[in-house]
Amino acid sequence: MALTLAEVEHVARLARLRLSPAELEKMREQLSNILDHFQMLQQIDVSTIPPTAQVTDLVNVMRDDELRPSLAREQALANAPVQQDGMFRVRAIFEE
Amino acid sequence: MAALHELTLVQAHEALTRGDVTSVELTQALLARIAAVDSRVQAFLTVDADGALEQARAADLQRARGPSSALLGIPLGIKDVISTSGVRTTCGSNMLATYVPVYDATVIARLKQAGAVLLGKLNCDEFAMGSSTEHSAYQQTRNPWNLERVPGGSSGGSAAAVAAGEAPATLGTDTGGSIRQPAALCGITGLKPTYGRVSRYGLVAFASSLDQIGPMARTAHDCAMVLQVIAGDDPQDATCTGHPVPEYVAALTGDVRGLRIGVPREFFVAGMQPEVEAAIRHAIDVLRDQGAIVQEISLPHTQYALPVYYLIAPAEASANLARYDGVRYGLREPGESYFDELERTRGAGFGAEVRRRIMLGTYALSAGYYDAYYKRAQQVRTLIRRDYLEAFEQVDVIAAPTTPTVAFKIGAHSDDPLAMYLEDVCTLPLNLAGLPGLVVPCGFAEGLPIGLQLIGRPFDEQTLLRTGDAYQRVTDWHTRMPALV
Amino acid sequence: MDYLVTIGLEIHAQIQTRSKMFCGCSADYAAAPPNTHVCPVCMGLPGSLPVPNRRAIELAALTGLALNCRIASDNVISRKNYFYADLPSGYQRSQYDDPLCVNGWVDIDGDQGPKRIGLTRVHIEEDTGKLTHTADGGSLVDFNRAGVPLMEIVSEPDITSPEEARRYFQKLRQILVWIGVNSGDMESGALRCDANVSVRPAGQQAYGAKVEIKNINSFRFVERALAYEIERQVTSLRAGERIVQSTRGWDEATGTTVAQRTKEFAEDYRYFPEPDIPPLRLTEAWVAERRAELPELPDARRQRFMTDYDLTPYDATVLTDERAVSDYYEQAVAAARPRGVAPKDVANWLTGELFRLLKDSGETLVVAAQRIRPEYLAEVQELLNNGVITRTSAKEAFDAAFREGRAPAQIVAERGMAVIGAGDALTDMVRQAIADNPKVVEEYRGGKVTAIKYLIGQVMKATRGQASPQAVQQALEQELTRQ
Repeated sequence: MALTLAEVEHVARLARLRLSPAELEKMREQLSNILDHFQMLQQIDVSTIPPTAQVTDLVNVMRDDELRPSLAREQALANAPVQQDGMFRVRAIFEE
Repeated sequence: MAALHELTLVQAHEALTRGDVTSVELTQALLARIAAVDSRVQAFLTVDADGALEQARAADLQRARGPSSALLGIPLGIKDVISTSGVRTTCGSNMLATYVPVYDATVIARLKQAGAVLLGKLNCDEFAMGSSTEHSAYQQTRNPWNLERVPGGSSGGSAAAVAAGEAPATLGTDTGGSIRQPAALCGITGLKPTYGRVSRYGLVAFASSLDQIGPMARTAHDCAMVLQVIAGDDPQDATCTGHPVPEYVAALTGDVRGLRIGVPREFFVAGMQPEVEAAIRHAIDVLRDQGAIVQEISLPHTQYALPVYYLIAPAEASANLARYDGVRYGLREPGESYFDELERTRGAGFGAEVRRRIMLGTYALSAGYYDAYYKRAQQVRTLIRRDYLEAFEQVDVIAAPTTPTVAFKIGAHSDDPLAMYLEDVCTLPLNLAGLPGLVVPCGFAEGLPIGLQLIGRPFDEQTLLRTGDAYQRVTDWHTRMPALV
Repeated sequence: MDYLVTIGLEIHAQIQTRSKMFCGCSADYAAAPPNTHVCPVCMGLPGSLPVPNRRAIELAALTGLALNCRIASDNVISRKNYFYADLPSGYQRSQYDDPLCVNGWVDIDGDQGPKRIGLTRVHIEEDTGKLTHTADGGSLVDFNRAGVPLMEIVSEPDITSPEEARRYFQKLRQILVWIGVNSGDMESGALRCDANVSVRPAGQQAYGAKVEIKNINSFRFVERALAYEIERQVTSLRAGERIVQSTRGWDEATGTTVAQRTKEFAEDYRYFPEPDIPPLRLTEAWVAERRAELPELPDARRQRFMTDYDLTPYDATVLTDERAVSDYYEQAVAAARPRGVAPKDVANWLTGELFRLLKDSGETLVVAAQRIRPEYLAEVQELLNNGVITRTSAKEAFDAAFREGRAPAQIVAERGMAVIGAGDALTDMVRQAIADNPKVVEEYRGGKVTAIKYLIGQVMKATRGQASPQAVQQALEQELTRQ
């Protein structure tokens, strides 16, 4: 299950991880190796098996439409890398 | 009497109750122990001495006022993936080097409510991803039994701290074995509760359908006392509701007569260290001698658990770790635009293992691969879970090894992720099935501890604790402490 | 060559709840200072967990029922993964394979008469935060809106003109507001619309390339944006160009659609089931409870008003446009029945006099109804029917009731507005008119019978409209004959 470098670059882009060419190549090798090992899953006939997303068997866990206290604004912004006017500041939003 | 840092939680509780010692004295003794040994063990990322002493003073006042809870004045350590209001919570990651939560996890709120004393935050693999604590961005926690060996992971700091006498009990988290494997490698007792037994609110998510917080301590009895406080429904965790909490300590009868114990043949794999297998089989014999009925069972899909886990957990992680974007908290690497900063921040803030799992998970969920990887993994997860539920129609507890070997040398797997993943082969099926697992020390090889893993029915922690406690009544592995030289 | 137009709308509607979709923060974000309606959950702080708002699910299902959808029994919330500065968790909780409501429809007035627009799905999701762009090239993020519950309502591509698109959008808004699931406030963004449009030459089977127009926030703009976009596409096709599938934004200032930056790579949202939220299993009994909660809808009520109350199609439409007005009318009719007053007369008071008064005062009916209670409409018509007051007095009494919040009968009594039908008062006024106008009386007696009209006018003036002209004429004739 050899991945191509282009596939690895695409996945890194989806995950928004900036990786160096050397890191990408190493990632390609390691992921290929791991996925090779995972091919054993393809041996099992799962056609009639429902997927398990959760193991609690719970359904319909909901809350009433009631207000609870919000954070104070200073708390909300306490860990902000950059803030301005009570808001979180980021650089201009465009793709380079 | 033993030195204060050597007391079990039960002994510390009794000493406090009798008035032999105050919480302040106990806390000071543990802070002194941390000061003495942690430069070698490196279990703690943050020691909150001032906070702990203040809580200890409050606990002593509370005790003077009247009846108290079992954890009142007991010092505990917390894995650094659990949110503690006002105390830095790094998750072992550069991404959160300066992050100070503004809220307490539900388990922290409950421990505070019970009057426990929080000593500080414990090292772990970055975002709990790893089996050796080598993936912490900060320091290498060492195995107190042999400082050249790993303590296991990801809750390596939580295990090493207990083994080194830096805390009578700690909280760890377990997504694929992260409580049980380090407990086994450090020679302590660790409980991974049933998924949904303990609230995850405030536990920084790794893999949401697998994560669970649990106690790590010297004995099953100690674990029962901590579990009693942290277990139970939480309106802020939709996956933690509907199961009343039994009296765990009351369940510790010491009696395992008639208990049906299953031994799964698939867990005794090729490549297993012979001394480990011997110790596990001997421990099972001890339980048989105590009156348990032992039979071999089969869990046929065990071999698939590893790939299933390493698809599902990274897939969930890839989404859970998307929030680290440098906008509201955490690291922000300077760049030209929002997206440039986003990619630089995530490239620089996450370590190699976290990046690898994000990549693996993103790939497994991406268009064209979802059915072949993620969905198929979920389907096989169903088969694995069925194996266990069917086994529990014949037996009450499953007994198995925790790890194939004793603690390995630091750096042994550092360039082979798959070899590291294989460390979890005996522990991660439980997370996939949502079951509780208790690890108790059961021997040594090469001077390093071995742990017996006991697996229970969903929400039947009491039977596990009763079995582990019964075993510890007739063995002394759990009483041994490393010389730390 | 003729071109066929195909339009589908995606409407995002805020579900009117007190708290947000997955946490207890207030959903009323519009006027709050930035980042004051936030908590660990809606800020995506590490370790926080979502718990769904029961009322939001109920209201979304109610919407599905109002839109003739089937409510799915097994519902899964999914994570839709993408990065943006206003998205706190790096994923939006939404629905993918299993929307809450499927296969509905809405009836509208189409270009060629009544038309049924199909609805593909209604699903629930959470809103994002809000971005403000600064003059120096940065952006500021406010998370008050993050986590506010939304419904996405997706139509089938059944719409064939900008006018139909507008009518469909209006009809949808009417229904959502009517059943109380949405405020209908488009200015604040509580209701917004994306439109997909394609054109193809008549006779071609395959649809043309789809162009999406984002974030349209008024009925007028839906129509204008689509008209502009259709014209642009047709012109391109005529010029032999190809239309590429793309996303455009509506620019109010220029009245045009503008190409948005095309993404370098296709979005891949990597949806997967949200592990933090157990599935929602909606039983038939639960759906039946929602159905019981569903009020009579505007179309059904309009039909009933025409058949049961004998209203004109126009009046019936006006009186089923807004739920509050319609319910007010129903209460007035209920009060009218025992009084023997016709629903049609009540409708006339409402659409005539009351609407005029509301327009003058600038109030909504809900506010004014604190004073002008629905039964007053029936009461004033009853007084009129019984000849107690004249039409002129009735209007005056109604106006006073509107202003003062008192019953018309009380006002009539206090002010002595009852009809002056006979008796001394009228006789005195008639005699006075005869005495004051000897010349007219002479003309009348001389055979010019129409001269009495002038005298009637004089008496009416003296009664300030409180007498009926017939009664005055009768009294005048009596007096003139007697003398």
